[in-house]
Amino acid sequence: MSKKDKVFTVKVRRDFCKGCGLCIEFCQKEVLGASAKLNSMGYNPAEPVKPEACVGCMICTQVCPDLAIEVYSG
Amino acid sequence: MELVNKWPKYYKQDVVTHYCPGCGHGIVHRIVAELLEEMDLGKQAYLVCPAGCAVLAYRYLDFDIIESAHGRGTAIATGAKRANPKLFVISYQGDGDLSAIGTAETIHSANRGENICVVFINNAVYGMTGGQMAPTSLIGQNTMTTPTGRNPEVDGYPLHITDVVAQFPGVTYAERVSVGTPAGIRKTKKAIRNAFQTQVDGLGYSIVEVLSPCPTNWKMDPVTSCKWIEEEMVKEYKPGLLTDKREERRKEKG
Ligand SMILES: Cc1ncc(C[n+]2csc(CCOP(=O)(O)OP(=O)(O)O)c2C)c(N)n1
Ligand code: SF4
Ligand code: SF4
Ligand code: SF4
Ligand SMILES: [Mg+2]
Repeated sequence: MSKKDKVFTVKVRRDFCKGCGLCIEFCQKEVLGASAKLNSMGYNPAEPVKPEACVGCMICTQVCPDLAIEVYSG
Repeated sequence: MELVNKWPKYYKQDVVTHYCPGCGHGIVHRIVAELLEEMDLGKQAYLVCPAGCAVLAYRYLDFDIIESAHGRGTAIATGAKRANPKLFVISYQGDGDLSAIGTAETIHSANRGENICVVFINNAVYGMTGGQMAPTSLIGQNTMTTPTGRNPEVDGYPLHITDVVAQFPGVTYAERVSVGTPAGIRKTKKAIRNAFQTQVDGLGYSIVEVLSPCPTNWKMDPVTSCKWIEEEMVKEYKPGLLTDKREERRKEKG
């Protein structure tokens, strides 16, 4: 399987996210958006809104100050 | 499915930091933890933490950490490294800590060319205490103590402390970076890696200044804070390499 065909799945650890929005801003594929529902800390966490568009570039994990994003491959 | 971004070994599992949403300290903590793992330095790492928002870093990072009195980080780092050269010594400091109350320690440790690394978080305010003006605050910047903007006639000019120490023969490596963009974050990691390697190679003092958002005290949301770094802060503090004397040092050492 070439890298291009690889499937990536992004997950936000809801209760570790502070809703800063940096991942939403910097994801070039608009995979992430803000959840309308508050998390346990009272923030609107990020959540995948277009999960199939994720290319595994890892930008979201680099900009996240709270280690709240996991990207899976395969 | 395989997790691509494995949890950094030297970052405590599943902690929630006290940092505000979008705070740059979180990004730089993660970079430090990742590098200690990648460079296999965690076991001998000795981090000196400042007075400032990063005072609680020991709650998040999982290796030896000592707390410094305000501004005295590089004095403690000097003592630790000289007493036990096997330690890998980092002083992590904010701009108030490093360039206001700690100016003497900063200047003299750099001038002595101590074999230590300094990670310098410049967020242009005293973050922890509520956003007072720091020596690094920009001209015109509204802070708690400059509500109508920093006025150089009264408050002086932004202090370029990293540019100052970069002039010293004892300073081997100095770079300024920003965590306001993904590319900047990757450059930050590269710069801190170079700084760490400088100490590993016994080449002397290194410092990386990181332009870093403090959304709370800047009274901006995190995304706007990153834009402010890239549009305003970089005009005063231009990112880039300030000195790199590693080759000279290597030759001197023979
Ligand atoms: C001797 C002393 N004076 C004053 C203080 C109060 N104080 C704590 S943190 C701080 C400023 C921190 O600003 P900075 O170093 O920029 O760190 P930041 O919180 O912005 O990361 C001050 C003045 C103190 N802890 N000790
Ligand atoms: S890995 Fe890249 S494409 Fe996927 S969500 Fe993160 S930033 Fe977006
Ligand atoms: S960058 Fe991290 S903390 Fe910020 S919104 Fe995204 S997942 Fe949440
Ligand atoms: S006050 Fe500023 S530096 Fe301190 S945690 Fe909040 S955003 Fe970060
Ligand atoms: Mg500060």
